[in-house]
Amino acid sequence: MSVLGNFNYVIAITLSMIGLYVLIERGNLIKKLVGLNVFQSSVFLLYISMGKIDGGTPPIHYEGIAPFSNPLPHVLILTAIVVGVATLSVGLALVIRIRDAYGTIEEDEIQALDAESGGTE
Amino acid sequence: MIGIGLLLFLLLTATGILLVRNLFAVVILSGIYSLLMAGTFTILDAVDVAFTEAAVGAGISTVLLLAALGVVGQEDRGRNRRALIPIAVVVLAGVMLIYAVPEMPPFGSPEAPIHVHVAPQYIEETPSVIGIPNVVTAVLADYRGFDTLGEVTVIFTAGIGVLLLFAGRRRKYK
Amino acid sequence: MSEHLILRVVIKFLIPFIFLFALYVQAHGDYGPGGGFQAGIIFSVGFILYGMIFGLQRLRRVVPPHLILALMAFGLLLYTGVGFATILLGGTFLDYGYLSHDTVHGHHYGIFLIELGVGITVASVMIAIYQTFTARAEETTDENVGTG
Repeated sequence: MSVLGNFNYVIAITLSMIGLYVLIERGNLIKKLVGLNVFQSSVFLLYISMGKIDGGTPPIHYEGIAPFSNPLPHVLILTAIVVGVATLSVGLALVIRIRDAYGTIEEDEIQALDAESGGTE
Repeated sequence: MIGIGLLLFLLLTATGILLVRNLFAVVILSGIYSLLMAGTFTILDAVDVAFTEAAVGAGISTVLLLAALGVVGQEDRGRNRRALIPIAVVVLAGVMLIYAVPEMPPFGSPEAPIHVHVAPQYIEETPSVIGIPNVVTAVLADYRGFDTLGEVTVIFTAGIGVLLLFAGRRRKYK
Repeated sequence: MSEHLILRVVIKFLIPFIFLFALYVQAHGDYGPGGGFQAGIIFSVGFILYGMIFGLQRLRRVVPPHLILALMAFGLLLYTGVGFATILLGGTFLDYGYLSHDTVHGHHYGIFLIELGVGITVASVMIAIYQTFTARAEETTDENVGTG
């Protein structure tokens, strides 16, 4: 099978790499969290793409409708999305607390402040 | 066709998130990204997931991010470091993953391993054993009820965690 | 934000429909897309919208923080309670078939109850997080006004 036939997977991988890049390269902590969100959604896309069947319909029973797409990835991702927003909120709370302690949410400034105060790096 | 368009828009929005400096714009872009993702999920037959993503990603996440921006301000002051190592890591990992893509079962094929394991059993048994038409709800709440209990516990813990992080007196920075 | 007259009128008009839709999604999860997670989110959105327009103080009067805390725990306890109820009725943990004389009916009751638990926990956690964040945002604004 060609790469183009699996277009969804290629897009999912590209999105995850963009998310990963934002996550590790950008210094702003809020932007890191958004990058984490992008990364996370790309994994959702990968899972849901795997569950798709050609000519399938949403997995809700009704007379004369078949075949159904695979419901299992849907269940996993449904709960993962809600857990994702829970982790996002904890992350945001941590960012706000970090701003309380350091007065900034830029990673390099935080590291500079730590070095100044003789942190245990 | 619509699917491919949505996927390309997703790519565009993600690039926007990567490049834009204003945090307010980044948050709104991430809301748009989630909405596009919900559209893609609908096309891929995952209506329950699309519903959740639209409500959570485009709704609650955006509101929470904006509330946080109200505290921390919306300026991304960090220099773009343009370090070589992150780019090398990302490109290398991406190339390796794309190299593995042709080994995947063809997209949409009913014979893929994922479709022949337990899923057909869930789909067939649900109307007679559980007695409800929506297979996703049946698997979520019944076959895998224990998993869902774990997820609810995670959400509960996250709520407690946020409340605890803001409890107590805060120390002003100098 | 209290001076936006049009927003206030429209929001007051919309909120009942949002709650109605949330209840529909909650109860109809067996037959169409939806369920506890989505219904909980939509339900909390109604309250968050109210808080955004009318301010945190009024939102706190409508849903006091101690009530939210109690509901967070109640949803999870309802879920585990169903599990222990099925044990007491002779089954295994979360084996809904034992909740009624008819196995299929038992599954119906079980799914309804645990979806209710999920919905209550998700809604109250989201409202709690929103209240905490906006309380901090208002504190920060007060400080800026005070110093600047």
